[in-house]
Amino acid sequence: MEPRIGLRNTKSNIFKGVIVFFAFVITLPLIIVLLYIIKQGVTQVNWHFLTHVPAPVGETGGGIANALVGSIIIIAMSSIVAIPIGMLAGIYLSENPGTKLAYYSGLCVDILQGVPSIVVGIVVYFWVVKPWVIDLGVVHIKNPFGGSFSAVSGSIALAIMMMPIVIRSTEQTLRLLPPSLKEAALSLGVPYHRVIIKVIIPCGFSGILSGIMLSIARIIGETAPLLFTAFGSPFLSYAIGKPMESLPHLIYTYATSPYDDWHNLAWGASFILLMFVLILNIVTKVITRKWKIQL
Amino acid sequence: MKNKRLDLSYAQMKWEAVFRVILRIMSAILIVIIIGVLITLIVESIPSIKSLGIGFLWGKTWDPVSDVYGAYPFLVGTLLTSFTALILSVPFIFAIAIYLGEYNPKGWLSELLKNAIELIAAVPSIIYGFWGLFVLVPVIRTFEAKIGVAPYGVGVFASSLVLAVMIIPYGASLGITLIRMVPSPLKEGAYALGATRFEVIRSVILPYTRSGLFAGILLSLGRALGETMAVTMLIGNTSAIASKFKDVFFGPGNTMASVIANEFTEADHTVYLSALIELGLVLFFVTVVINLIGKRIITKFTNN
Repeated sequence: MEPRIGLRNTKSNIFKGVIVFFAFVITLPLIIVLLYIIKQGVTQVNWHFLTHVPAPVGETGGGIANALVGSIIIIAMSSIVAIPIGMLAGIYLSENPGTKLAYYSGLCVDILQGVPSIVVGIVVYFWVVKPWVIDLGVVHIKNPFGGSFSAVSGSIALAIMMMPIVIRSTEQTLRLLPPSLKEAALSLGVPYHRVIIKVIIPCGFSGILSGIMLSIARIIGETAPLLFTAFGSPFLSYAIGKPMESLPHLIYTYATSPYDDWHNLAWGASFILLMFVLILNIVTKVITRKWKIQL
Repeated sequence: MKNKRLDLSYAQMKWEAVFRVILRIMSAILIVIIIGVLITLIVESIPSIKSLGIGFLWGKTWDPVSDVYGAYPFLVGTLLTSFTALILSVPFIFAIAIYLGEYNPKGWLSELLKNAIELIAAVPSIIYGFWGLFVLVPVIRTFEAKIGVAPYGVGVFASSLVLAVMIIPYGASLGITLIRMVPSPLKEGAYALGATRFEVIRSVILPYTRSGLFAGILLSLGRALGETMAVTMLIGNTSAIASKFKDVFFGPGNTMASVIANEFTEADHTVYLSALIELGLVLFFVTVVINLIGKRIITKFTNN
């Protein structure tokens, strides 16, 4: 018999206690932050808040309509770019896992996931915001959006951040599908592109959709890439070639301002942003749960 | 005589080829983007590399007004915030990984905790920054007044605390997956020899998952190094660096990401702008290397 078994068991129990304590204590900061934002923000939000642009300093009232509209436009434009590219690239990666191209673009997806968002902002600034001309002798190619911060540049920056998430989720979902699905369709003489569009994508649709929602939840709160691209504007604007306000950027400018009215506006905007993110995440969870059962 | 069906299937075959080419082009776009990012950063930082040389990295003064640029304050700021945050978060990463991976892998409580941890990663960093600025900073100010350092409130310490919370999910979620992958015969063997739960974790699970857990911590570190908004709002944005460690740690500072966020749109001459981009280039390389090492370790681990 081991004489020290009591000691060893005590040690084991103490260890378990420490682990449980550390594991649960980390939810405290999350709960504190969420409750604080909700407490500060929920009193600000009303119909007026959602439909008016920010009031100048000293005036009461005002809302975040410009940032709401801007965020929606910017996210919509980046989705239009990132979702098709991401899905198709994801399909390629899952269908041709052994090729050189798949290896290198997989590597690039990994790299892109790790690139700090501020670096993406810098690069897109030089690609889209800064005026440039390529002189080919006969033709001059001019940067169509050069010279001004623009919603387009912000969308491109966010699209670059969105792509890796869409690609990875598409790839991983399609890898889970049984190969017999594809083989059955091909054996009936269905051409390859129709197999992908009519069989593979519908089968993995909810998985792909959850990846898309997750990527939107992720970029909707991104501020750093927008600082040098979409910039921001105190007016309601629909012009995609002009600076455009977005929710996170509005929070940043108004939170770091010295006025109390503006802080309140920023709390309200934070609340709205948080709700967007929470809802997107919860819906994604529900979809993935269903997806797992179907499989 | 024309065979309609044959024509149709020829057309389909053509589309099939086109489709395959499109797929190939789409995945090649990723490679083009990465190469484009690299080239843009290198080309745009050439003026600074030329005029400042390699000494830029350890030059102690950053003073755009008199055209003196040194990255040392930002390197110190970045490394100090990231590693402090990492040290603070490692116990939590391990605890969550062990709890959800070994003690309580199933059931509503573990699902709830797992979702809560994923939510930590989902909350935008600007919200952490805003909260930190208005709630955490006053608390830290009182704390600093008590321990007898200049009560700035904002600074490296405040940023590290918030960063520590923000980076936990990245290491933890990987850790959970890896600990669940430990083959049960190994654990059962140890139990059969009379080991307690703690001894199984210490001498079977942790050694088995060591490399993977290390990779998870690397991924967390990569996040911390590149994190911009929360840090920009909390670090105080001073490019001067104090001489005493105590003052550096509790006083305001700047990281590479925060100085870019603050000064990029104000940079009015070539070398200034280019020096900021060179900081971006350094940041890019460091985070890419850390991430790739982390990913490589994970792939190796999951394939074995």
